[in-house]
Amino acid sequence: MTTTTTDRKTASVSLVGVHKRFGALEVLKGVDIDVAPGEVVVLIGASGSGKSTLLRIMCDLERADSGEVWVNDVPLHDRRRAPEIFGHVGMVFQQFNLFPHKTALGNVTLALRKVRKLERGEAEERGRAVLARVGLADKADAYPAQLSGGQQQRVAIARALAMDPAIMFFDEPTSALDPELVGEVTGVMRSLAEDGMTMVVVTHEMRFARDTADRVVFMDGGVVLEQGPPEQVFGSPAEARTQQFLHRVLDT
Amino acid sequence: MDWSVLTDNRDVYLSGLWATVLLSLAAIATGTLAGLLVAAVRTSRIPVLAQLARGYLEVFRGTPLLIQMLFIYFGAAYLSGFAISVFGAALLALTLYQGAYIAEIFRAGIEAVPRGQWEASRVLGLGRIQTFVGVILPQTRAIVLPPLVGQYLSLIKDTSIAVVIGYVELVRQGQAVIDRVGDPATSYLAVAVLYFVICYPLSVLVRRMERKAVLA
Repeated sequence: MTTTTTDRKTASVSLVGVHKRFGALEVLKGVDIDVAPGEVVVLIGASGSGKSTLLRIMCDLERADSGEVWVNDVPLHDRRRAPEIFGHVGMVFQQFNLFPHKTALGNVTLALRKVRKLERGEAEERGRAVLARVGLADKADAYPAQLSGGQQQRVAIARALAMDPAIMFFDEPTSALDPELVGEVTGVMRSLAEDGMTMVVVTHEMRFARDTADRVVFMDGGVVLEQGPPEQVFGSPAEARTQQFLHRVLDT
Repeated sequence: MDWSVLTDNRDVYLSGLWATVLLSLAAIATGTLAGLLVAAVRTSRIPVLAQLARGYLEVFRGTPLLIQMLFIYFGAAYLSGFAISVFGAALLALTLYQGAYIAEIFRAGIEAVPRGQWEASRVLGLGRIQTFVGVILPQTRAIVLPPLVGQYLSLIKDTSIAVVIGYVELVRQGQAVIDRVGDPATSYLAVAVLYFVICYPLSVLVRRMERKAVLA
């Protein structure tokens, strides 16, 4: 298996035979996925297909029951080494999970100061730069409750970006947003992708997947059923289940 | 009633008041710290420690403070030969007893903070203690503060129990005056008024915080 070893060294994410169950429910039934540096991979599939669980395993918020999970060269299946991943990947949640007692700038600078140990001035300079990056330079002093959902999610993206992550994970980042606010978030994500950020995105935004993904992965029943470039998966899906799913989500 | 009893013994009452305030402030500090620690352990889901914390809560909420104080001052000294000061015993008993209630107040606040706050902090690289202090605790303020100050009220009144182990505080000084000049009516009324003077502002504060919490 020398080939997988070399792959693993160059891949940003490499999952081999990942299984996960919650009680009686087997959510992942042996998943293999590799993500190359700079690649944008979009996971699609019906709810319950295991895509969110898979993403959470990639940033060690859930533990795989078996299989290997390599992320940014850290073996997450090794419990002692898994915490090395924290602070080196970014995660954007469906519910934003901003710190409500801190301003936008405070949200963005907290980990810079406590984890990266930057001085206040340095942290704030970097914080303002990433807020500008997501188009919120003028909202640095606003609290999350004073921002729209789309603005909150952009602050959450800035908070992750501030740590200069090797990979960005997005767990349904636009699902909690009003439809007219989705565009400002996917716009920021698209510009990150154009800058060469490695991204793994779980989303129901098929247009984003079609425009921005290098590869679309269709999950069904806890396995990867089909994957390929978006034009292939959307244009001529090989599996009947994929066709059904796309028919359902694209018709509405 | 003869009010001259009060003016004649003003210094005695004031020294009692001071001793009550001193014990109250000390016990508020140590009781809050103990409550915070126990709540942190209890919400940590570390198996053995969380069980120990639970056992502590059950014991100290399930027995009277009076007995706890008597046991710590007389019983423990009898068992170990180790003498503890009256103030030390009163403070320890109040800390353990009130700490149990305060721990539950903090626990309710901590558990009301969404799990996503822990997750976001964790991915950013913050440690458990950094997250607890910097992210979780500040968010519990609105939930924790009103019942916490309410608990301080009951703590202040509970300091009077220290009279049974001979701590010279407000009640004891009131009794001292009665022993000397009689007139328990005036003296006990004076003691009650002095407790009320300490407690009433806190009581107003609780009500104001509760109203604000409802509006928020």
